Amino acid sequence: MNGIEAVREAFRRARGQGRPALIFYWPVGYPDLEASIRIVAALAQAGADLIELGLPFSDPLADGPVIQRATQRALEGGVRTPHVLEAAARLRAMGVRVPLCVMTYINPVMAWGISRFLAEAVQAGVHGLIVPDLPLEEAEELQVAAGAAGLAWVPLAAPTTPDERLARIAATATGFLYLVSVTGITGARDQLPADVLRHLRRARRAANGVPVALGFGISRPEHVRALASEADGLIIGSALIRLGEASGFDEEALSAFVRALREAIPSFVE
Amino acid sequence: MAFTEGVRIPWVPLPVQERRGYFGPYGGRYVPETLIPALEELEAAFHEAVEDPEFRKEFENLLRTYVGRPTPLTEARRLGEAVGARIFLKREDLAHTGAHKINNALGQALLAKRLGKRRVVAETGAGQHGVATATACALLGLECVIYMGTADMARQRPNVFRMRLLGAEVRPVDAGSQTLKDAINEAIRDWVTNVRTTHYLLGSALGPHPYPLIVRTFQSVIGVEARAQMLEQFGRLPDVAVACVGGGSNAIGLFAAFLEDPVELVGVEAGGEGIPGGRHAARFADRERGRVGVLHGARTFILQDPWGQILDTHSISAGLDYPAVGPEHAWLRDRNRVRYTAITDAEALAAFQALARLEGILPALESAHAVAEAMRLARARPGSWILVNLSGRGDKDLETVAKALGNGEAMEPSEGSR
Repeated sequence: MNGIEAVREAFRRARGQGRPALIFYWPVGYPDLEASIRIVAALAQAGADLIELGLPFSDPLADGPVIQRATQRALEGGVRTPHVLEAAARLRAMGVRVPLCVMTYINPVMAWGISRFLAEAVQAGVHGLIVPDLPLEEAEELQVAAGAAGLAWVPLAAPTTPDERLARIAATATGFLYLVSVTGITGARDQLPADVLRHLRRARRAANGVPVALGFGISRPEHVRALASEADGLIIGSALIRLGEASGFDEEALSAFVRALREAIPSFVE
Repeated sequence: MAFTEGVRIPWVPLPVQERRGYFGPYGGRYVPETLIPALEELEAAFHEAVEDPEFRKEFENLLRTYVGRPTPLTEARRLGEAVGARIFLKREDLAHTGAHKINNALGQALLAKRLGKRRVVAETGAGQHGVATATACALLGLECVIYMGTADMARQRPNVFRMRLLGAEVRPVDAGSQTLKDAINEAIRDWVTNVRTTHYLLGSALGPHPYPLIVRTFQSVIGVEARAQMLEQFGRLPDVAVACVGGGSNAIGLFAAFLEDPVELVGVEAGGEGIPGGRHAARFADRERGRVGVLHGARTFILQDPWGQILDTHSISAGLDYPAVGPEHAWLRDRNRVRYTAITDAEALAAFQALARLEGILPALESAHAVAEAMRLARARPGSWILVNLSGRGDKDLETVAKALGNGEAMEPSEGSR
């Protein structure tokens, strides 16, 4: 099964259980390389359906303070592209089976070389790629190359994206459509925007069957409960990192959070 | 200079772009999807505005009656005699607020009003763009927020105070290297969050399309005037035109009017403490660290490590202390239309002092890089005619210069940096 099939299968499985896929983001190298590998393995064990491995970039302009700080710390610890690929390979060697998608900005990919990056990612067991600073017009080269390598392409759409454009973006997705919930940057929010359900429904109509996962701001079991019946996937990043920081990066605390979010899904059946 | 119905056209034609938003392989629009509709809207408004006689008239009127344009062209006779050439200074230091930045700030603030946006955010390095933006916003009644790295706030204190006096909110940016790059990150994040009500008033010829075109267009008044003044006052064009290049707005503003002329064009990057040690901001001169990549929405030459992480830069001048260069400069360099060189902190300081003593002009440290290159060129080619864009005045840099000169001839290695 290649990356595209693995990602599709994760969504199909969740949908078969009448629930959205739960997707978690963790930056590789935070708080250090070894700890981040242990944390990702624990998230998978606790029931994450898909995990985004953050490849740190020095100038993450789509990210809020929590992810900025975490990725900055990873960079200060010396983590670079090869370490992220190594982390993926080691997670596979540990028996982690969930789809792993690399989330990063375009410059580290370009610097490594697109074909080299994709080949090494496939080799390491990576299943997909998310690049928030590549809008539709700039994405074609990487998107086509990722497809040829069997890696799932996950484009982003935003509340400001018109329906017609949203449909064109979704048509390029081979994994899922990453729907940004808010007009803004990443970061846990106490409350989701009032019109988030309308935004989600609109996006799913325009996406024409492509799974739509909602991210940015989702932080609490209540959010998951409120969105569960409307989204194909829910993405949690900053809230997880904050919990990690508050718990001294305790894998058990992070696993318990994953389970709590799963249990918040009304139709969830073990 | 072109005239139509009494209105001077302060800009040159747009460059031909084979791919929309691209200068050859450089440029583009590498930003989060959230911003795409705003960039489309801005592009459309810009094209409408430059064709609209009313807009042109309003902009031209402000440039004349508020900025004080045309700025003079001054021959630097004593400096010229000292180095054996004729040196002409385009006096952007005499524009209102003390630098060329006001040209673009006013143009874009007028665009913001046209777009119905009441709030403006901007980044600033040396503080000149921040002051210009705060000024334009005060004049036009717009809310103004300026992001500035804390290292830059420390070395450009007078400008921080100026911005606040002008009614702008200055937000310190403590991330990364605490300089211009980090201020731009924060300004973009603000814009992503408030894009429906806010215009991002980008100050240099960089960023996502259409910013490089907008900034070039509003700054081209520099070159258009300088070209006409050379012909009118001295009867011929210069042999060489020189400008410093941070992002590259004053340089592209000067060069744009000379691209079709037999005039050699030279862009000057910040050589900092020299290229080999990496403590500089010379994207072109450092062939190891300066490579094509993407930063702040554009594909261009960027100082980066082998893994694509952006490197910290160093320059005594905050306005040149930036790891990427405007995409059109990369394209002009590829086609050998503009030659790019680097001037060190020490050379810039020497030029700063020379211009002060010989001409009675304190240049901005940014502009002192261009003066230093002109002096070098003059010595290499005696008798040549050299036009220098004196992009700003040096009052903001007095503290930095005093510190640098305080220990005798040698400059402290840590001067001007974090």
